[in-house]
Order: sequence, then C-alpha cells, then structure tokens
Amino acid sequence: MKRYNAWNLLWQGLTGHRGWEPAWRSPAPKPRYDVIIIGGGGHGLACAYYLAKVHGITNVAVLERGWLGGGNTGRNTTIVRSNYYYPQSAALYDFSLRLFEGLSKELNYNVMFSQRGVMNVLHTRHDMEAGQRWVGAMNLNGIDAFMLTTEQVKQRIPLLNTAKDARYPVLGGFVQPRGGTARHDAVAWGYARAASALGVDVLQNCEVTGFKRSTEGRVIGVETNLGTIGADKVGMAVAGHSTVIAKLAGFRLPVSSYALQAFVSEPLKPVMDTVMTSFATGMYFSQSDKGGLVIGGGLDHYLSYAQRGNTPLLRHVIGAVADQLPSLGRVHLLRHWAGIVDVVHDSSPILGETPMPGLYINCGWGTGGFKGIPVGGWMLAHHIATGRAHDIAAPFALSRFSSGALIDEAAASGIAH
Amino acid sequence: MLLLHCPWCGPRDEPEFVCGGQSHMVRPEPWHAVDEATWGHYLFTRDNPKGVHLERWHHAHGCRQWFNVARHTVTHEILAIYRMDEPVPNAVAGARA
Repeated sequence: MKRYNAWNLLWQGLTGHRGWEPAWRSPAPKPRYDVIIIGGGGHGLACAYYLAKVHGITNVAVLERGWLGGGNTGRNTTIVRSNYYYPQSAALYDFSLRLFEGLSKELNYNVMFSQRGVMNVLHTRHDMEAGQRWVGAMNLNGIDAFMLTTEQVKQRIPLLNTAKDARYPVLGGFVQPRGGTARHDAVAWGYARAASALGVDVLQNCEVTGFKRSTEGRVIGVETNLGTIGADKVGMAVAGHSTVIAKLAGFRLPVSSYALQAFVSEPLKPVMDTVMTSFATGMYFSQSDKGGLVIGGGLDHYLSYAQRGNTPLLRHVIGAVADQLPSLGRVHLLRHWAGIVDVVHDSSPILGETPMPGLYINCGWGTGGFKGIPVGGWMLAHHIATGRAHDIAAPFALSRFSSGALIDEAAASGIAH
Repeated sequence: MLLLHCPWCGPRDEPEFVCGGQSHMVRPEPWHAVDEATWGHYLFTRDNPKGVHLERWHHAHGCRQWFNVARHTVTHEILAIYRMDEPVPNAVAGARA
C-alpha cells in the first residue's frame, strides 16, 4: 500500500500523478476463505479490517453485491454521536466515537471527522424536561452533554428563528460537543484500502444467492454469482437486506426495512458549524465541507426496498427547514435519495450469533448505522475470531427478543422514529 | 406519493392514511403452551419481503376505517385492496408464491 502523506503527494505532484496505485486490490475469489463477510458497506469492511488487524485473520473476503459503500454507507447524513440513554448503548456508541477520533490516522485515510458538536433544540416545557432527563442519563453514562439556554443555541445557530412568537419557539437545547460528522465514503474506502493492504480480498459485484451447509446444519460456504466459495465462518452486515439473507439461511429476524430519506442543497457559504436536530419536527441538518446543507428527517412509515424517498415526508422536512430557519427558505435542493434501513422494535442493533451455526450477524442499526461502523465492525470481528461476544456487544444479542431484555432506545435517539 | 383507493371513500392521497403493518397475523394459542421463542416472534418478528407485502392501512384522516393492501415493496405498486373480513385475493396469493 502506497501511504498517503505530504512527501508522496509532493513527489506525485512533481511526476504527473502517474505513480498512484488503486486503493484496493480486486482479485478473483479464492475457492475458500477462513471468514467471509457478506456486505461491503462500512460495517462489513470494518469487520474485515479488524479481523486482520486485531485478530491476525487475513484469509478473509468481503462480498459486495454492488459497489463498496453504495448502500446506506453512502446514503446517510454522516452524523457521529454517542448521546444515548441506556448505559449499554452509551458504552457501544462511545466505543465507536472513540474509534472515529483516531480513524484517519489508523487507516492512513482522511475520513474528515469533524467534532463540531451535535445539538438538540427544544421547543416546549416538556421537551426541556425530557432534555434534562436525557442529559442527566448521559452524564451518568460518562458521556459529555449539557443543557443550553436559548441565547447559547442562537449563538451557535444564528439562522434559527428563536423569536417568542415563532411556530416552534426555542426554549433551550442540549449538546454533545464530541459529536460531529465524518465523510461517509471515506470511511468505507479507508477501511477497504487498509483491509486490502492486510490481505483481505474485497470482491465487488458478487451477490450471495445461497448458503452451503454441513450435514449438521453448520455453514460451510456461500453460493454466489461468481460460484461457490467455501468458508469456516460467515458474517453478515447487510442492513436493510438482513431478512433477505436470513431467509436464504432459513431463519427470520425481527427486522423491518424502511426508506430513510436525505437531502442535499446547493453549496452555500458557511452558515452552520454544528449539527442541529429539532425535537418538534424531527428535522436535522448540518453543512458539509463542500457547502451543501445535508438534511434529514423521519422514516417513510411503510415497508420499502426502493432507494428513493416519497414526497409527503420531503415536504414535511423541507417545510420544517423553511419555517425554523427562514433565511434558508429559498435555497434549492440538489439531490434527494433514500437508504433502506433495518429497523428493530427497540431501535438497538443486533450483534452476535444467528440460528445457523457459524453465521454471525451485525444488523438492526436502523436509522443510525453510520456512527456505529467502527464498533459494529469491531464487535463482529471479535465474535467471529474469539467465538464469544465482546462484553459491550453481549446485551445486543438476537436472543433479547425472546428473553424480553430489550434496550429500548426508541425515544431516546432524539429523532422522531 | 401513493394513491390509495379506500374501499369506502375512493382514491385519496397517501397523507390521509397510516400504515398499520402486517395483515393476517394470528396470535399463537393456547397461551399456556406458547414458548418464549414463539411468543417473541409473535411480538417482534414481521414479514419483511422484498416483493409483495400484505399490510393494513387506516384511513386516519378520512372515514377512519381499516382495510388490507397488497403492495410491492420495491416498486410500491398496489396489486389489490380488500376489506378486513375478506381473504387474500387469489391473484395476489399467486404473486407471493
């Protein structure tokens, strides 16, 4: 792997940029691997990287049906935060945030992690009480978060209409200063490049169509459009398609797939240097380094595998932007799309073993999978390599849906879904 | 935007409706013989096909009646709309097989 650094950039600049190599190898599949990961999004690529880096397992393939990071990894609003309510969630997401803090250096790839703070804006007395409760819980979990006055909110978001007679008056807010944004594509590409350099085969345009199993029912390989590939263990990190893959393996999952929309505006001069979420409307937005406003909202509340959003929700979200930040009312949208998110009943991920021996799962991140990429990959790699769940991942086992030990973050994520 | 034909009110826009999830669910019985896994599936596991899905919709901002919809989850095409007390139409059952 040719390292990215100032010296190499200078040298390539002087020699016409003809010496760069592809960021990752694109080999033909081997007949057999120690571990196969289904899904070449952030979670799958991170898992392959940590299998190689942390556990020394390098005979690994990542199978991606389309192109790397072409699913939810390239379709989210790039927000990273760990401001969750329950201690199990705080431990999980903060592990991820801490990995993000060192990720550019770790991968030798600039993921543009910008800890600009994630701010929740509160509009009613009840919002304020809920905010104080959540901030208290976060502080008990060791997460940095504190309440803000209306003036402090206005100071960070001058565009926000904080007038007393506004449709959504601003009574205050709370912020996690260590939260922020990262470049989503760079996370996928950085993990792919670093994993490939350690010997992992990254196979694009390779769709899993079935599982090979032993007479005892253990997985021994997968069938793909590129032929049968053997494996001792298989991990799956396919988000909205989890139930489709699970069906091939012969079991069901408590996962429902919905379209979650996002929008990007035309580029503007810098107008917003933090991430804002409104409790009243569920609208949230930030400004990318290119200048586009990156805007999100709630789910389209019916099952969908169509990677496009529907207009009623678009109207709701854009209406909220125009109402709450009146000076943005005439900004044009450039693009609009949806990712297919894997929603589970308690809005917490599913990590660990599946009913099929040898097949391990990472799914159920729902509307917040991007921030979980490093920890999701780490925990899946740990379980595959060691045969047991990491202490942080153990509460998130699939078995919680029969034991009843749910980790119900449904309301605490601060977004209305 | 979906255009849903309410069996009582006719064609109306999507924002008048709320999707209530999977149709034709049957509670496992008898209660004393239902193990935890079966009960967990009944509570939390739903059909999630990449294809035709049978679901209930509520005309919340209209007649407030519930009805069944057979809808494709990739194209969002509506294949059939039928009342709560009607069985799955044969054509839809064939498309799901």
